[in-house]
Amino acid sequence: MKILKTFAFYLLVALILLFSLFPFYYAVLTSFETGTAIFTPSYLPQNIDLANYAQVLSQGFFPRNVLNSVIVAAATVAISLFLGLTAAFALARIQFRGRKLLLLTVLSVSMFPQIAVLAGLFEIVRALGLYNSLGSLIMSYLIFTLPFTVWVLTTFMRDLPVEIEEAAIVDGAGPWHIVSRVFLPLMWPALVTTGLLAFIQAWNEFLFALTFVSSNSTRTAPVAIALLSGTSAQETPWGAIMAASVIVTMPLIILVLIFQRRIVAGLTAGGVKG
Amino acid sequence: MKQSTGRTLTISARRRRAAALFLAPMLLVLVLVAGWPLLRTLWFGFTDASLGDLAGARWIGFSNYLEWLSYGEGDGEWVGLLVDGEWWRAVWNTLVFTFITVSVETALGLVVAMVLNVRFPLRGLVRAAVLIPWAIPTVVSAKMWAWMLNDQFGIINDIGLKLGLISSPVAWIASADTAMVAVMLVDIWKSTPFMALLILAGLQMIPEDIYEAAKIDGVNPLVTFWRVTLPLAAPAIMVAVIFRALDALRVFDIIYVLTPNNAETRTMSVFVQENLFQFDQFAYGSAASTLLFLVIAFITLGYIRAARLNLG
Repeated sequence: MKILKTFAFYLLVALILLFSLFPFYYAVLTSFETGTAIFTPSYLPQNIDLANYAQVLSQGFFPRNVLNSVIVAAATVAISLFLGLTAAFALARIQFRGRKLLLLTVLSVSMFPQIAVLAGLFEIVRALGLYNSLGSLIMSYLIFTLPFTVWVLTTFMRDLPVEIEEAAIVDGAGPWHIVSRVFLPLMWPALVTTGLLAFIQAWNEFLFALTFVSSNSTRTAPVAIALLSGTSAQETPWGAIMAASVIVTMPLIILVLIFQRRIVAGLTAGGVKG
Repeated sequence: MKQSTGRTLTISARRRRAAALFLAPMLLVLVLVAGWPLLRTLWFGFTDASLGDLAGARWIGFSNYLEWLSYGEGDGEWVGLLVDGEWWRAVWNTLVFTFITVSVETALGLVVAMVLNVRFPLRGLVRAAVLIPWAIPTVVSAKMWAWMLNDQFGIINDIGLKLGLISSPVAWIASADTAMVAVMLVDIWKSTPFMALLILAGLQMIPEDIYEAAKIDGVNPLVTFWRVTLPLAAPAIMVAVIFRALDALRVFDIIYVLTPNNAETRTMSVFVQENLFQFDQFAYGSAASTLLFLVIAFITLGYIRAARLNLG
């Protein structure tokens, strides 16, 4: 009975692993196949041919698109962490009226359907002369990275003891000094977690990237992949699409494997959307 | 004594001033990217704005929503969003998509969470593996599944044929009856991990002695599940459900990439984006955007009341 139970349990574990990992495994498999081999489904690697990778990385704008994604995600993370840290200090450590209401308002923005602001945001993007530039994405991505960053950093900062500030206050240090010299060094774990989650969200974003940017050289990688197609519907370059997909996904998988614990902690703290 | 009170006052006054200064940039950004655009979208819905001429938008009242189009001699018809079959079709598709995916994801997420809540060798590795579908960009997930579900060369048809589950290849994405199933499958694959991790956090808060006590009393494990695990994990599950539902209600990427131009799967978000930027119906799209916001707000408030959630 006990053995049967253990067997059933590990069968379930195996099923979960298969369900989670097989699609990506199959994408990697396809990315190594060229020519007609691609049209016969195979379950194990036949031969490793890097032609698709060479094609994706040498022709067209894909390397540029990946670089765009890196720039946009990094800038979004940097701005949200800076604005989030200073705002979190005010929300977590300073008593003032309407603080709770403000925090709830910020949280409600993070649950917002982004499509509901798309028309108005498009107008702002055009008015600021940001249409078809990476700046439009860095600005608009703050709508989902900033509220979440503020929320998580505030929760983290609120739990730090009062004593750590007292000495600095007695020494006559100003608020900016307290944030940058006292809190910043203590906040690294929370900053890494929120930064990672913001990076993943910005890296994966599609709707704004599809709408606010329109030329091959300014697109981000997800939009480039969505638009990769052959000359006709019959000629979809599946090998190239899968190679590009693997390239875009690999950094995230490495981050997830390294920072697994932090990501889980951040997800459950902020209830961030996937 | 008096002096020290005076000094604390200055410090707290200084700190309040600093708070305002520290909050201002964050609030300014949120007004710029969320508050103001929301109001402008609302306004555009009541105008005749077009993509090429936003500045020339003129107020036309409720015409985008509902208007009597007269053909003369008492003949005519109602036009506008409120009588647009395609819009209501998109609303219906969104609700079906949300209800089914969130239900399945909750059930599967609970199973995965319970497995991950057991201590066993390699648990850390399994937890990392489960996170992978969540981390993969939605566009990539959609493309991966589009390839796997391909009617001629897809591996899903190959597996189905080999196992005898289907007698001939199925055009999962192209055919009308299975397109929605395909889209939901991708979402379930991608979002179950998120659900599982949120539920797991709830399960881990249940003290282990409760299980010990139930075991010693010889309580059937199924009864323990229904009477102990589920009620105690319920708050965490309820919160996870609302987060997932809010996300599912605005679904765009999967549908846009996997089943473009398909009335069977077009959701509210896709309807809005297409009208705004592809069909040159900027004002109409803005009106739809406003209705989308209202629909989602209505469902959220209803859910929070029904579940008596305490989000504070």
